Amino acid sequence: MSKLVLTEEETMLADMARGFLDGAAPLGKLRKMRDDGQRGDPALWKQMAEMGWAGVLVPEDAGGSDMGFTAANVIAQEMGKTLAVSPFISTAVMAATALRQVSDARAKQALARIASGEVTYALAVDEGVKHDPDATQMAARSDGNGFRLSGKKTFVVDGALADRLLVLARTADGLTLFDIPADRSGITRTASNMIDDRDAARIDFDDVEATGEDVLGQVDHAMDVLRPALQAGQAALAAEMTGLAAGAFGMTVGYLKERKQFGTEIGRFQALQHRAAHLWSETEVTASAILNAGRVLDETPGDATLAVSLAKARATATATLAVQEGVQMHGGIGMTDAYDMGFYMKRARVAAEWLGDYSYHAERVAALRGF
Amino acid sequence: MSTGQTSDGFRAELREWLKANCPVEMRDSGMSEDAICWGGRNWKFTSTAQEQWLNRCAEKGYTVPTWPKEYGGAGLTREQEKIFKQEMERIGARSPLESFGIWMLGPALLHFGSHDQKLEYLPPIARGEVRWCQGYSEPGAGSDLANVQTRGEDKGDHWLVNGQKIWTSYADKADQIFALVRTDREAPKHKGISFLLIEMAEGGVETRPIKMISGISPFCETFFTDVKVPKHRIVGEENRGWDVAKYLLTHEREMISGGGAGLSGGGRALGAVLNETLDTMGDTLRADAMRCEIDALAIGLTLERYKDQAEAGQGAGDASAMLKYMGTELNKRRHELMMTAGGSDALEWDGPVGNRAGDWLRTKANSIEGGTSEVMLSIISRRVLGLPA
Repeated sequence: MSKLVLTEEETMLADMARGFLDGAAPLGKLRKMRDDGQRGDPALWKQMAEMGWAGVLVPEDAGGSDMGFTAANVIAQEMGKTLAVSPFISTAVMAATALRQVSDARAKQALARIASGEVTYALAVDEGVKHDPDATQMAARSDGNGFRLSGKKTFVVDGALADRLLVLARTADGLTLFDIPADRSGITRTASNMIDDRDAARIDFDDVEATGEDVLGQVDHAMDVLRPALQAGQAALAAEMTGLAAGAFGMTVGYLKERKQFGTEIGRFQALQHRAAHLWSETEVTASAILNAGRVLDETPGDATLAVSLAKARATATATLAVQEGVQMHGGIGMTDAYDMGFYMKRARVAAEWLGDYSYHAERVAALRGF
Repeated sequence: MSTGQTSDGFRAELREWLKANCPVEMRDSGMSEDAICWGGRNWKFTSTAQEQWLNRCAEKGYTVPTWPKEYGGAGLTREQEKIFKQEMERIGARSPLESFGIWMLGPALLHFGSHDQKLEYLPPIARGEVRWCQGYSEPGAGSDLANVQTRGEDKGDHWLVNGQKIWTSYADKADQIFALVRTDREAPKHKGISFLLIEMAEGGVETRPIKMISGISPFCETFFTDVKVPKHRIVGEENRGWDVAKYLLTHEREMISGGGAGLSGGGRALGAVLNETLDTMGDTLRADAMRCEIDALAIGLTLERYKDQAEAGQGAGDASAMLKYMGTELNKRRHELMMTAGGSDALEWDGPVGNRAGDWLRTKANSIEGGTSEVMLSIISRRVLGLPA
């Protein structure tokens, strides 16, 4: 396997991403969006598409930049640092990976439209309060040559604004994934008022018509297409959370160096130094799991469950610790809406839950490690 | 074998060699204290197979695979070393030789020693002929290690050393000791220390084992009374021994943290032990074990990442403090879980689950020896985070 060090190209990508985000989507932009009642930023996504980010996993012959999963993680990580809002994980990572599992002209066309930034996607998978694709109840009843979809989806991240939905539903002998426009007749989307101020929706499907053409992959075999997509998404989300943890941590260490109490910088107190040093240690260890997940997805994607679940579990634990320590070490000001730490905390909570929480991924690691 | 050889070629050749040369008795993945070959002048091999295995490895340089050939190693690249470890693990081969010479003094000599010193001291370490111990801590110099009081008086062609060391691991079994000795009592504490190589058999050195809570005595007190140390037996410059000491400490910390991440074989033990008790362990223990496993995997990857970074020339300066802290705290957790899984069987010395209690108690020293967890956190906060001292 390639080494657990970023290549020169990947390092350049990270630098470039950082430069771009500091200008176009700095920390503080999310607050402005919230105050303006805006849950998405199509203009920003257009810019990201122009930089090749929307097509990061799209083949070059479909107009993508095809940079791979490690590169996607690098971008997600930088987005995490500034809390940049975009449909990157839903569209560029998960939908693109799902579409790539299918090699027909329609999928290729869809990939091209992702790469150009024309179309955004959301994954309508979850139905209960916990991520559990295998427990899907929503039915896709056979109807002539097609299907009728009825049921409810929840926590559809990016779902209120997405142009298209990948919908997981139960068919006669298994699960099937449908790729349909979000405004198809019978679909009702209700935007959720999320704590992280981003787009998510509850979606009702009332006898929604779908044709055989709308099926992505094989009928009854959704997981062949969906599993790689979820894994790519989980890894990228873990990377975003690592960036988020680094952002919260940097803000906290900065505060320790400038805030004075008892006549000196509070960073001089050993009780705080050791907590900060512990937190840094956790972020370093998690960074290794993220890098490893990207490498494994790039090199042996069929065998990535352990690496991906390890990354998501570690990232969840570390981001949670980073924001909790961040608020605590800032004291009262960390609790105020005027300060940015709270935005990190609320995003960390949502990201922790999305695509499987700590327990979900820990169980997968345990199963693969034999207990 | 040449370093220019392809990985596949190297692997095939190595596999052949191991098949022909590793005695079957040495293929039990032995990790217990009794299975270790420490070498040294007074070493009694526990079996003919142990002796054969050491000698065959030493001849190929496989006791210290990455050291240069002229100093007794095999000159392997990092990639080849990885393959070497994989192939050894594949057949469950025991390590042919373990020693403080390999883990600590060797790396320090490779970095600070003169060519003559390397030629004199490294090959006997590689062949397991000389066993070294480490003379660092003193009764008044624990976490405050630079406070060493053992003094070396300049007598022209030699230093006259007097003082006491403590926590000298296996000093009672060692042939030589590398020790921190104060050679300038006027200078600031970090600047008056020299790194001396002391022969233990030549009179004036006495050792006394210390019985530990684990029931065994791996540590000693070591006393120096008018010990003459020739001037050429110094590593690095006079009064600059702290540089050598610090460098060596990073290796010691990496070694201790590696144990914690389970890369030395202990990692598989947890899963195996927990599986035996899967039905009775309960959800809480299982959840704790899962957490421990996740952290162990991630710390293992971090060890890999730092080695890869070092090879790519991206030094991770004070990373060893972090790895030492995380690795040892993890190891303590792992052994707490092993004890819980063992239940009352684990509470007997050498009971139905072997010496699990002794191993558990031994791990409590991991976060003390080589710099306490608290010292590691202070190092990180100052050197990495730049927080004020």
